[in-house]
Amino acid sequence: MLRALFHILIFPGLLFLFVFGFLAEYADRKLYARFQNRVGPPWFQPIADFIKLISKEEIIPEEADSLVFKLMPIFALIASSVAILYIPILGERAVYAFNGDVIVVLYLLTIPTFTYFLGGWYSRSVYSMIGAVRSLTQLFAYEVPLFLCILASAMLADTWSISGIAAFYSRHLGYWFCNIIGFGVALVSLLGKLEKVPFDIPEAETEIVAGSFTEYNGRPLAFFRMSFNIEMITGASLLSAVFLPFGLNLHPAAVFLCYILQIFFIIAAISFLRALFARLRLDQMINLCWKYLAPLAFLQVLFNLILKVVLPR
Amino acid sequence: MHDSGDVKIPIGPQHPALKEPESFLISLRGEKITASSVRLGYNHRGIEKACEARTYTQDIYLIERVCGICSHSHSTCFVQAVEEIAGLDIPARAKYLRTLIAELERIHSHLLWLGVAGHEIGFDTLLMYTWRDREVVMDILAALTGNRVNYGINTIGGVRRDINAKQKEEVLKAMDILETQTKYYIDLAQNETTLLKRLQGVGVLSHDDAQRLGAVGPTGRASGIDRDTRKDDPYAAYGELDFKVISVNNNDVYGRTLVRLGELMESFNLVRQVIRKLPEGAISVKAPRKIPAGQAVSRYEAPRGEDLHFVRSNGTDKPDRVKVRAPTLANIQSVSKMLEDRYLADMPIVVAAIDPCFSCTDRMVALRDTQNRKKNTVPWETIRLKGIKWYKDKGVDFASLNKKLSASF
Repeated sequence: MLRALFHILIFPGLLFLFVFGFLAEYADRKLYARFQNRVGPPWFQPIADFIKLISKEEIIPEEADSLVFKLMPIFALIASSVAILYIPILGERAVYAFNGDVIVVLYLLTIPTFTYFLGGWYSRSVYSMIGAVRSLTQLFAYEVPLFLCILASAMLADTWSISGIAAFYSRHLGYWFCNIIGFGVALVSLLGKLEKVPFDIPEAETEIVAGSFTEYNGRPLAFFRMSFNIEMITGASLLSAVFLPFGLNLHPAAVFLCYILQIFFIIAAISFLRALFARLRLDQMINLCWKYLAPLAFLQVLFNLILKVVLPR
Repeated sequence: MHDSGDVKIPIGPQHPALKEPESFLISLRGEKITASSVRLGYNHRGIEKACEARTYTQDIYLIERVCGICSHSHSTCFVQAVEEIAGLDIPARAKYLRTLIAELERIHSHLLWLGVAGHEIGFDTLLMYTWRDREVVMDILAALTGNRVNYGINTIGGVRRDINAKQKEEVLKAMDILETQTKYYIDLAQNETTLLKRLQGVGVLSHDDAQRLGAVGPTGRASGIDRDTRKDDPYAAYGELDFKVISVNNNDVYGRTLVRLGELMESFNLVRQVIRKLPEGAISVKAPRKIPAGQAVSRYEAPRGEDLHFVRSNGTDKPDRVKVRAPTLANIQSVSKMLEDRYLADMPIVVAAIDPCFSCTDRMVALRDTQNRKKNTVPWETIRLKGIKWYKDKGVDFASLNKKLSASF
């Protein structure tokens, strides 16, 4: 019981995620700023923003459904935090692992997008409704390639558990290279999941103000922003566990360091991509996902199927 | 939600895509725009009327504040009209200095536009880069005139500040820096995939439509209308300088970007020519305080297009009428045409592509009763009387103040 509480509240649960989330947000903003030739924020800026938001007055629009409006940020926060319990951080085994947890994690990582939709839809403002519909439309475009890539990796490892996948690739380091296409596609899909440029269509500032979050302020907004940070961590952890199986057999401290480095590598890649492109239009984004990302993901699946038959175990 | 299944979404008067208050009402079906309407008049400041109550010299500074970006354009345009009525012959050096500031202003305005366009399509990196480079030209303008925005360099009869050899060198150095950067942006605009995806085929305005709707400046020149006041009706020193009018036939936002980038390159050449050919001599002639009765129209190629000022004088030291037609007024008509059958995501960049300057454009405020949608026209005299009464209620009586003032003179 105590052990479970420790895992949920401290490590790798809420406290760790909060601290790491702030660090990740800082790294992302600072790198993005440096890519743009700006100075960027000081290290405590994300924490200062969070404190400022939670100390602000909560204003709920009269027409909005106040229960859904208030609950959605908490749901988003919980869903993205719970997912980390099934992703291996220290070594090859997650805190809780069972065969099939890869599906649970992918499902849990989809929930935040639904909360953005519901929160936006029940805000009852034109901008947030359009943003809500956009985030759902976008979901159908990036989710399929992301799932396929993870599926391909799982197929080669012959297991439905993320810990199993990590253990397999850690033991057969050579196979890591086979999933390189999948890693690229999953990284781009993660950009869509995190609603970052070039896929920040649901919250395109110059078109629909802040999309789903137009009416949000104060504490609910602070929780939504926090859930984005945590989603960034869990998403990156998932990618790192599935695609980057490095240094899992070392001393625990070295394993942890390796994990942190891998997460920062993925965050740096995200910041770099986000500084590089203009925001796509929704139709262009869907085209890109179905015309290029999904076929590439299928290619990876096919490749791994053939590999599985050809290669000796 | 409406019966037709269309969602009406207001972009403005307050919206992050717009830097100034303006209202666009957009009907959407899904992501597609089915109808759009533009409403002007949220930022009317009454500058034309205020000009009639001030002397010509005071008006230069007031007119300069019509626009925050093309301030030199408006003040030069006004001053040219007044000089024409007064029959003043401007020294050649003054003409060259006006041209120099005008071209530097065009450079800063086009770089600003490029950044804004980048921001509108979510490409903030471009915004940060161009605005960093824009600081180079802003510093030069501040060094030459003393101000970053409202330069205050024009006066009736010439200019107020001369430039020295050291400043000339600085300007040339800045031009070299900016030219390298602009070449990089031209390369970027032609090769960056997401940029091309968002700009090509967006906001199409055919040659005939541009002609019919009276598009001016880069908006018109991107639709193949090679009209440029600097070439067609040369003012200041443009008649003696060698430059090309950039026009393309792309008809879309991409074309407008190419035109502006091409004009930047031409502006660097123009600035170099002005510095090289700058004649010696006085920088201004003495202008009379009272301008003889008459009227004049002055044209000027502002960064956004043709700017037009009309001034009528009545022999006193104050103008009888000043009329400003800012370039945005000529271009705003074409926005509805450009938005036809486009996506909501294209709306910000299409509006931004005409490089709008709404507060320069606004000439009236129309208040509408939202209940019965009736328009109400209030004559000038009524507003005047209401103002006098409002101040009287507050304890300020202008009638007695005027009497006291005239007694003291």
